[in-house]
Amino acid sequence: MDASGANLQLDSFEELAIPLFDQLYNFAHWLTQNRDEAEDLVQETYVKALKGFSSFQLGTNFRAWIYRILRNTFLTSRKGLKVTMTVPLDFDDEEEGEESAIERDTPEALLLARSSHALLQKAIDELPVHFREVLLLCEVEEMSYQEISDTLAVPIGTVMSRLSRARRTLRSQLRPHLQQEAGLRIAKGTNHGL
Amino acid sequence: MVCESWKERLDTYVDGELPQGEMRTFDAHVSSCPSCSANVLSRLQLKRAIHLAGKRFTPSAEFRSRMQQSIASKPRRVFRLGWMLAAAVVLVVGILTSTYLGNRSGRDQVFSEIADLHVATLASSSPVDVVSTDRHTVKPWFQGKIPFAFNLPELQNTEFSLLGGRMTYLEQTPGAHLIYDVRKHHISVFIFQERSLAAKLTDRSLKPGNLSFNMQTWTQGGLRYFVIGDASTADIDNLAKLFQAAS
Ligand SMILES: [Zn+2]
Repeated sequence: MDASGANLQLDSFEELAIPLFDQLYNFAHWLTQNRDEAEDLVQETYVKALKGFSSFQLGTNFRAWIYRILRNTFLTSRKGLKVTMTVPLDFDDEEEGEESAIERDTPEALLLARSSHALLQKAIDELPVHFREVLLLCEVEEMSYQEISDTLAVPIGTVMSRLSRARRTLRSQLRPHLQQEAGLRIAKGTNHGL
Repeated sequence: MVCESWKERLDTYVDGELPQGEMRTFDAHVSSCPSCSANVLSRLQLKRAIHLAGKRFTPSAEFRSRMQQSIASKPRRVFRLGWMLAAAVVLVVGILTSTYLGNRSGRDQVFSEIADLHVATLASSSPVDVVSTDRHTVKPWFQGKIPFAFNLPELQNTEFSLLGGRMTYLEQTPGAHLIYDVRKHHISVFIFQERSLAAKLTDRSLKPGNLSFNMQTWTQGGLRYFVIGDASTADIDNLAKLFQAAS
């Protein structure tokens, strides 16, 4: 490849990869739960992505591609290996737990005030890594099921069942706090029919 | 019961991932079933809360500049357009933010939030999630993503063009955000359910302060509309009228 070709390639790498910098960092920090490790992870991801860019097919999904590099890099890091060792092999075979009657019949208004941000963040932090990543890709990155499936290299059905289990775990974690809050709102007369 | 079969697909529905036919059937069911609509709303709220809470960590300035340098030190480029644009956007957003942060008070908080949404969206790398100038494409895209339906005006023989739309949230209330173009200005139209916002809106809170945008807001058919942009008052009014006529 001549010099101008290399430049062209760099141009498009930069154009594709730089806008994702903040999001990739955020995702890396959620995975590693540590600032230094998140920085290392992002840096390594960019290095690998730049090296492998010639194998990336322009016109296909760059975001899924670079997230996949980041995630694989994490999973093969020391911390990642440690984390995944605690994930049972039959993680995805687990039966869909029966939702409790309460959960099915009384969809409590999830009125999360700004003050409960921290609460929610803590609950997300405590999710098993396979739940945390699928939830963040869906809700924060707003990826489609197909994109998540490409990123995580698992079938769409697995994406859906992990998502639904992640949300259920989160809801059951939050429920005590939420009901309390809903009660407060009613008491204050600020509930306006949600 | 019909609901039981839907409940298993609630997550897929709120993620907008059911096949289109099922999305429509579910829409129809949700609008007539209090239990499912409450369920959908609570899930949408959780989605929104996670969306906000999930944007938690920002890279340090030191790390950012280190990475920028390491990428920029690769073979030279003639024009660093990407970076220049990014820098320009940061600058503009900085200026706008400080402009209305300076004016912000509880009184015009709703207006400021609408202005925030408008600015933040235009500054993002992908302002719209459904890119289309065709209202017949944009309108159905919102089905199942927000708990209400609305009409979009016909734009033929007007100076407005539709760029696309995205989902948005105001005070955790889900709504539609549409972006229009007129004479090189972008105008945002926001639509929410009035009853979800009512408690937060008072006549006073809707008065824009001395800010750099023009805005129109009104309620119609149970929906609250906001039209905002740096276009002229006349353009904002005209787009508002088109919406009022279409609803
Ligand atoms: Zn129902």
